[in-house]
Order: sequence, then C-alpha cells, then structure tokens
Amino acid sequence: MEPGGCILIKGGRVVDPANNLDETADVLIENGVIRAVGRPEVPSDCRIIDADGLVVAPGLVDMHVHLREPGYEYKGTIASGTRSAAAGGVTSVAAMPNTRPVTDDPSVVGHVLDKARVGGVVNVYPVGAITKGLKGVELTEFGLMLEAGCVAFSDDGATVADAGVMRRALEYARAFGALIIQHAEDPSLVSEGCMNEGVTSSRLGLPGIPAESESIMVDRDIRLVQLTGGRYHVAHLSTAGALEAVAGAQAKGLPVTCEVAPHHFSLTEEAVNGYDTYAKMAPPLRSEFDRKALLEGLARGTVSAIATDHAPHDEDSKKVEFCCAANGVVGLETLLPVSLELVAGGIMTLSQCLALMTWKPARLLGIQRGVLTPGFPADVVLFDLMEAWQVDSGRLHGSARNTPFHGRKVRGRVKKTLVSGKIVFEEEKY
Amino acid sequence: MSANHWNRKHLLSMRDIGRGEILSILDTAASFREVNHRDIKKVPTLRGKTIINLFYENSTRTRTSFELAGKRMSADVINMSVASSSVKKGETLIDTLATLQAMNPDVVVVRHSESGAQEFLARNLNAAIINAGDGRHAHPTQALLDILTIHDHLPNMGREDFQGLKVAICGDILHSRVARSNAQGLATMGAEVRFVGPPTLIPAKVEEAFNVKVFHRMEEGIAGVNVVMMLRLQQERMAKAYVPSIREYFHYWGLTKQRLALASATAIVMHPGPMNRGVEIASEVADDLERSVILKQVANGLAIRMAVLYRLCTPGSRS
Repeated sequence: MEPGGCILIKGGRVVDPANNLDETADVLIENGVIRAVGRPEVPSDCRIIDADGLVVAPGLVDMHVHLREPGYEYKGTIASGTRSAAAGGVTSVAAMPNTRPVTDDPSVVGHVLDKARVGGVVNVYPVGAITKGLKGVELTEFGLMLEAGCVAFSDDGATVADAGVMRRALEYARAFGALIIQHAEDPSLVSEGCMNEGVTSSRLGLPGIPAESESIMVDRDIRLVQLTGGRYHVAHLSTAGALEAVAGAQAKGLPVTCEVAPHHFSLTEEAVNGYDTYAKMAPPLRSEFDRKALLEGLARGTVSAIATDHAPHDEDSKKVEFCCAANGVVGLETLLPVSLELVAGGIMTLSQCLALMTWKPARLLGIQRGVLTPGFPADVVLFDLMEAWQVDSGRLHGSARNTPFHGRKVRGRVKKTLVSGKIVFEEEKY
Repeated sequence: MSANHWNRKHLLSMRDIGRGEILSILDTAASFREVNHRDIKKVPTLRGKTIINLFYENSTRTRTSFELAGKRMSADVINMSVASSSVKKGETLIDTLATLQAMNPDVVVVRHSESGAQEFLARNLNAAIINAGDGRHAHPTQALLDILTIHDHLPNMGREDFQGLKVAICGDILHSRVARSNAQGLATMGAEVRFVGPPTLIPAKVEEAFNVKVFHRMEEGIAGVNVVMMLRLQQERMAKAYVPSIREYFHYWGLTKQRLALASATAIVMHPGPMNRGVEIASEVADDLERSVILKQVANGLAIRMAVLYRLCTPGSRS
C-alpha cells in the first residue's frame, strides 16, 4: 500500500473516544489522513481491509517510553523500540531523555528525530530533560528544545529532588506552556531500597522503599504548582497516597495530572518473590492496597493516561543479584491486553480505557494524534477484543525480553497497526 | 545414624523446611558430634567428595566451620574468598559459579552480601548450593545450629520440646539474616518468637511477615523468656541514623546482668558472633558460663554443617 493511496477499513467496531463514537462503521483513509468515518463513498481503486469482528481504534499513544538510543543501543534502539510499539498497537511514543548523551540540548532532540525518521516505524516525540545531564541543578533550554521538537520535560529515571530547582522549572515552563513530568521518588527515602517496603521485603530481606517516598514528593510538588501555576504531571504514579494528593490538587483546579503503568495496576510486590529481577523497576511494584487505589483512581478519572514506562534491558543487566539488577520492564506489547483487563473487570468501558491510551495523553503532550477525526493523520489499530493469548517473553518484537507478564493469559490481540495510513504491523500467522 | 531421606538439592533458607526435617538433621548432627571429640577427628564419610567454600563476605567462624566440617569427613575442601577471586576483575557472580560448576564440585557453600544471591544461582545453575548467609535474608545453618543448641538445653529448662518455648531475638533485626532464619525455624518447631529492638532496626510489617511479637523495650521483650538471642550491631549503623550512639544503644538494648534477671531463671543467652562487648552484650553476661551458651553454639555449628554437607553430598541420603 502506498502512503498516497486509499484504504477502507471495513465493517469494524469503530471506537473513537475523543469523538464519543462506538459503532460499526467504515474508516476511509486517503493520502495517510483520515477522510471519513461512517458509510463513506469509496473510490473504486481503494484497498479494502476487512475489520469484521475487530475493534478499530485510534493508534495508541504511550507518553512514557525509553528507546535507549543514543547511547544504550545494546539495550534497545529507536528501530527496535518502535517495532515493539507497532506490535502493541502503539503509534506514538514519547521518548524519555535519559539517554547518553542526555536529551538536554536541541541537537540531541534533532538527532533522535532524525533517527526516528530513518529507522522508526511509529511517531517518536522526544521528551527533553528538565535539568542538564539530569543532574537536578541547571535548567535546560526549554524554548529551544520545544522548537526542536520536544513535547514535554522530565528528568525521568532521576527525581528533581531540589525544591528550589523544581520551583524554577515549573515557573519557567509557564513561558511556553510546557508540561513538567516528575519521576516522583524522594531519593533520601529510597536510599538503598530496591523493592516496596512491606511484608515481602521483610521476608526476602531486601531493603525496602516506603510508599511515602512517592507521596511526599508529589505533595511537595503540588505546593510548588500552587505557587507557580506550572503544568505538572506525575510519571508512573504507584501509590494510594500520591493518587490522593493528585485528586486533591485536581479538586482545587490545579493543573496537575498523572499517568499509571499497567504493571502497577495489575501486579503487586509479591511478584518479586523468588527475587525475580523482571519484577524490578522504579518506582517498585507496590502493595495490594496501592494497586486497588490505582484501580479506583482509574475508575474515578483521576488518572489521565496509561503509560508503560517501557524500559528495555540487555539480559546481563537483569541476570544478576536482585538489588544489583537494572530497574525497568518492557511494556509496549502488553499495554493493550493488560489495560483491557480493566474493561473485563468492570472498572471502565472500552471507550474510557482507550481514551487513557489515545486522546488524553495526546492532549497532555499537545500532539495531533489519538483520534479518528477526519483530517487527522491516519494512525489506527485493529484488534480482536476477545482473542486469548499467552504472553511469551521470547516472542516479543523488540530487542529485550524483560517483561513481568511472561506466561500471563490475556485477551485482546493486535491484528494491524497503521501509522499515517501505512501498515507498520500485521500479526504473524504461525 | 538416622535414616537419611532427604531429597533436597540445596539448602537455601529455613522457609520450607519442616519440623520432621529439622529434627532429622539434629539427629544426624548429634551423631557426628562424637567425631569431633575423638583423638583422630576424621571419618571417611565424604572421601572423594569436593566442597567449595565461596565467600563474598568476610567470615571467620562460618567459613572455618564449613571447612573443618568437610575435612573431618574427608572431603576435599577448597576455599575461595573475594580478595583472591576474579570478582575484582569484574566477573559476574553467575560466571564465577558457572566456572566452579564446570569443575563438578559436589556442593558449593556460598556467602554473599546480596539477599537472594544463592536463590538466583540455584535457579540458573546445576550446582548444589548451601546458603552460608545472603544479605539480610537467610542463614539456615546458623538457625539449625541454634535450634540444636536450644534443643540440648531443653531438659535444663524442664521441657521436652519447643512447644510454647519463648525466644527473644534482640537487636538489629532489620539487617539480620540470623533473626529471619531463626524466626522461621523456631516457629516451625513450635516456639514463640519475639523481636526486640529499637523501631529503626525492626523490618516493616514484621509481625505479619514472620508471625512474631515485637517489643521496643528490652525489659518487656525478655521478660520471662527461655532464650535470649543477641545480635551484633554493626558499627556503621550510626552513620545512617539508625541509632545515635553505642552508649545509648547499650544503655537501652544491651544485655546486662540486671536485664537478664527478668528472663526465666533457666534462660540461656545466645549470640551468633562475632560479639561486640559493651555494645549489645555486657562481658559479665557473655562470659557467664551458667547462662551463656555462645561457645556451645560454635561447637554445634561444626556438627550441623557436617550433617548438612553429608546430606547434600551423599546421593543415598537424598533419595
């Protein structure tokens, strides 16, 4: 299929949360752009994709992904990461800046975008660092980096721990309306901890990280939002306390949002039993109490996005003693099926669930994606809502295998992924 | 010698070791004890077997104990410690173990500073592994030797078994693998375990994790107990704000004669060593042979390690 051509996705259940649409319809794509949704007149030379029995939705937007390039190509590349995204139905990813060099300069932003144009198969939106070198001291050039193509700022992987620096970041960002994304973990409370503090950490003899390490940082930052009026977003929020703080801030009308990761709302600290390093990430898997709070927050609408914190690692970084292992799990290919458990579990409707992975994160990042509105780029995912399959770490499409979901029985299988009208993924037939 | 039905390949923790299993190891140890009092302290039991002691942490008593245990049963024992290993050259733990495994030892005794290191090795390699201490997690042979030592003293306490026996484990519980393994092993035997120490040195939700009672005041914690087990306080705990000073620690949590008087009249005092006199235990208590069984623990350690090595090295004993 040439990008310039015509495609009709025919007879699927079209779910487009931004347009409040959930009905059987056809989607007409011309020149890589959505032309019409409904029962459009179809040019005779149009390629037909039969979507009978499938859900047709806007391509997913994952606002929290580590592509590792430049600098950590042995863990993953822009090519392998975006391949993984396409296989998961994700058509846009926000790439975190903790690369080598750090994305703290317009030149690195340009480099990432160039690499994405050449080797990437989905849309890549760089997130710039808040501080130079992620060191938490000097601000980066927000304005110039936005012009170069950044969509938000974060020191992800590190926390902006200094309250004075965070205050300035939130303040300065207002000049550009930029979004500040905080990896909220108070380093002095994390200390040497390598899993959530609780019964499991006590049994395993692993140094624990109290939930308060997150909520204290979020509480503090919300005060700074109140002071500065900056737009503030909590990355991979994992605790009941932090969620409560975000809900409180939202009730006051403050520009505070948060995302949660599938592993945090579907797994608990017990997954660490056996010292499984594939269950090690920052922030760590929390208690069942926290997990339930996240489900409530998702149901209530406190959470604005489901984001994976996709973090590919080479095997050597994980095949070591637990506390020595690198933090992070891959998630792009399990994002959709694990999130669909929220629908099956009656937490939310399919449309609400997809909203958290499409237009809502797109709006936070200010990108024209995540909708099937005519005139918008034709990023589309086709998936079988009910098809059951089992996650197999050996069959992932990226370069890394570090999924905590290996062996999990899930439902929801991506059949095709289109980016600007181009098919970038089709399910393999075995 | 007791019937030897043990199908374990590794000894990693006390978590899933049953009461019958513990008793049978105690029996085997008791039968080996006699060897250590002979003129010629050697039996041919493990002739032709190879044991490697791989220690990533300093250790005097545990390493010596495993080494002697192997040698007194005629096994070939190799000691490897961090200083002389390839670790300094940047070799990973699993590569070091794989290298040793290629030389086909019958068992590798591992001590490591990271919790879970031995479980990680056992999952990824074929070698039989005895955990000689991993981080804060487990030290199963220490728990077994402590249980044997308590067992030896049950008659003095007018008891037949561990049921209802009160054991206070006191001090730096947070960083202690000895406390964790003992809590599990003693609970399996039917004892009531208490953890006593300052709140900063007690792990989170430990009542639920180990089914113990927690006391922050020494006087309450050791009141009426049958066993007082003291733990070593590492000097570096001061630096991370766990406790303010040795002086204050000893003042409130040190085991003195006056405090010991609150325990049962027949209570014994234990310590896994090495002791810090004047930090967690007063010399007058440590050296009181009426109460202190610290050196008996060392002697029992040898017997327990002989029993465990014998069990893991002898195929017949595993079937």
